[in-house]
Amino acid sequence: MSEWRYWLAEQRGTLLAIGIFAAMFLIYATNHPAGFSANMVQTASNKATLLAFVAMAQAIVVITAGIDLSVGMILTLTNCLASWIVVGSATETALGVIGVLGTGLLCGMINGAIVIFGRLQPIVTTIATGAMYYGVALMLRPNPGGSVNETLADALTGRLFGVVPTSLVALAAAALVIWVPYSRSVIGRAAFATGSSEVAAYMSGAPIRAAKFAAYTLAGLLSAIGGLFLTFFSYTGEAAYASGNAYTLFSIAAVVLGGVSLMGGRGSAIGAIFGALAFRTIGDLLFVFDFDPLWQPLFQGLVLMLAVSIGAFGLVRVRNRLEWFG
Amino acid sequence: MIAAAPLFRAEGLSKRYGGVIALDRADLEVHPGRIHAILGENGAGKSTLIKLMVGVVAPDEGRMTLEGREVAFAGPAAANDAGIVCIFQELSLIPDLSVADNILISHPPTRLGMIDRRAQRRIAEEALHRAGAGDIHPRALVRDLPLSRRQMVEIAKALARRPKILILDEATSALTAADVTKVFEVLKRLRSEGLALLYISHRMHEIAELADDCSVFRNGRRISTFAAGTRTDAEVIELMIGREYKHAFPDKPLRKPDGRPPALQCKALGWGDRLRDISFSLHAGEIIGLGGLDGQGQRELLLALFGVLRDTSGEVLIDGDKVAIDSPVAAKSGRIGLALIPEDRKTEGLMLPMSVRDNLSAAAFDRFARFGIIDRRRQSEMIDEMIRLIEIKTASPDLPVSALSGGNQQKVVIAKWLMNKPRIILLNDPTRGIDVGTKQEIYRLLRRLADEGAAILLYSTDYDELIGCCDRVLVMYDGAVRRELAGAEITERALVSSALNVDDGEPAKASAQ
Repeated sequence: MSEWRYWLAEQRGTLLAIGIFAAMFLIYATNHPAGFSANMVQTASNKATLLAFVAMAQAIVVITAGIDLSVGMILTLTNCLASWIVVGSATETALGVIGVLGTGLLCGMINGAIVIFGRLQPIVTTIATGAMYYGVALMLRPNPGGSVNETLADALTGRLFGVVPTSLVALAAAALVIWVPYSRSVIGRAAFATGSSEVAAYMSGAPIRAAKFAAYTLAGLLSAIGGLFLTFFSYTGEAAYASGNAYTLFSIAAVVLGGVSLMGGRGSAIGAIFGALAFRTIGDLLFVFDFDPLWQPLFQGLVLMLAVSIGAFGLVRVRNRLEWFG
Repeated sequence: MIAAAPLFRAEGLSKRYGGVIALDRADLEVHPGRIHAILGENGAGKSTLIKLMVGVVAPDEGRMTLEGREVAFAGPAAANDAGIVCIFQELSLIPDLSVADNILISHPPTRLGMIDRRAQRRIAEEALHRAGAGDIHPRALVRDLPLSRRQMVEIAKALARRPKILILDEATSALTAADVTKVFEVLKRLRSEGLALLYISHRMHEIAELADDCSVFRNGRRISTFAAGTRTDAEVIELMIGREYKHAFPDKPLRKPDGRPPALQCKALGWGDRLRDISFSLHAGEIIGLGGLDGQGQRELLLALFGVLRDTSGEVLIDGDKVAIDSPVAAKSGRIGLALIPEDRKTEGLMLPMSVRDNLSAAAFDRFARFGIIDRRRQSEMIDEMIRLIEIKTASPDLPVSALSGGNQQKVVIAKWLMNKPRIILLNDPTRGIDVGTKQEIYRLLRRLADEGAAILLYSTDYDELIGCCDRVLVMYDGAVRRELAGAEITERALVSSALNVDDGEPAKASAQ
């Protein structure tokens, strides 16, 4: 009985995100002109997966009380790279995928190393490195173009057994293979500790630096998986500046919707995934209710504001007003 | 006295912070199976000694040996691994993690690279039981626990590390009486298991009950070590005091009662269990000191008066009228006219990268703004005048505050609030860590402000300052005013003994048994 209560308290943010998404998706599915179908789920899933990968990346960094404003640019860079190297025979394609993921890892490692050893603020560091990553992307693809191994692309954007969207399976797999072991490792817990109270973590002898480094590195890797999927959906590479930035900003929104505290120390990447899915569903909701698409940004903003307000509720009753400022 | 070789030995340890000598060639021996109490006033060097022992700071001079081998710790983790674990006054728990996660934060049991949560929980439960806190659920989040429970978790966490030397720095200050009894049983059991315990506390009766050996520190040095119970409280206090006076203080004029209501009056002010039933009157022209050991509610009292704390009980009267101060904005408004000069000038008091001019302006914009627009000329005039008045040594008001010396930075903090022409000035340990010369300027300034009609409430951890500067001193203990001293009653002996909650020269009841 009381065990349940503790579990609930731990998972509150994540459960809330799942709830918000489930409610929105239900409204969407029941009002969809074509009704609830495997086809509809596949389309919705493909649209949301990219943001979900980037949101996972963002969540892992935000939990350490940092922020990564380069995730969208890593996605763009790896998309451009994939449109060059994820082609040809099975072996060439496999090497290409490894190359793309390795590039993401490297980008993340650079972020982490600068934040830790350069002692620069994450926000400044990742704006700068993000601009550099975009610069490399532009060199790779001055104009949109390139191609991708279409067999692989179709397999990963289609349906498994005709029912489950493959992109969703890939998302779940990434959560299972990357997030779950990470969050239960010593490093992962040190990441939570660092985000919650860096001084206390230091005094307790937790591996703070390793935790931050791992967080930024994994964020790079997850962004690269996002970039790979973007290539699978679009069959091309494009150094699109606006879309890269939009992914970065939306990833922060998704993280907040997903119950991850921007102050660090609380939340999960699973929550961020559902935050991303919910954020994408807002747009789709407007579509099924036949709203003018011009309303979408305004409406997304309103929903986000509402979600953040729920998160800030705890701050209303503090006994020492200095606690408002962390 | 003790024949066996010491477990730990410190020799000639020195540590300076800027110009301030915190520890001056101090030495200490720690033996297994004994509880060693460390005594001393604020700033006697106790905290610095512990920070050196657990690797938070490195010594400037001297050496430490553990089990005969010389040691140098790169950080707290290294000291913990070597077997020296400290339970700090400021908690080192991580609020968003569970109790079990916290207890095993540095060395969790793992399986296949992941934390073995079942094993972790078992070890945590065991540690909680050893600490006498079996009632705490290992899955509870630390942030949801009250302070006294957190302190018990902190103790369990230290025990889970299987230390050789366990240091408790004021570890019982947040505990309930029932918990203190339990903790004492635990400590005595640990002693019988052969652990060495260093116990820092200001509660004399706790030391009498618990300690085998006592060491007294003063001015950064160990003055004396003796077997517990061989000295009376009065003798111990005698060892702790006896510092030479270093500062010249301005004269204290005799203030005649003028029949006006006090500028500031508190009636039974309370805040949770941190502030209890505090009543006093502060008149214009008067400087009242807040004394006592660090952390007995002095800061909370200042914050409560300045409108930062919520849900306070009791009444605050300004010039005899009851007021409700619910924010710093209300506190500094013209009718109330309060100013709080904060302690931590680096975060609460100043915006370091900004100029002297901007910092001085920050609290007083309405003094030289017209319709919300800053009148630059009026601002410059007022700032130049203030810099002259307070003697801030800066080449230009446009220099960033970070370029100034610590003493001058503190003057900027004070000047910033004087721009507002406050009538009641609250100061939170304003001279901590600044040089002697600047200190004396600040004393003169405070007296001049009082002479000009300001009412001043000064919290200080420096007893000299309380004796030299204040017309009256309220000594706080455990959130309440333990004693009020006036005029010639303000002596170091009276300050120290009432801060320790024992009577002048007389042993306290608890230790007389």
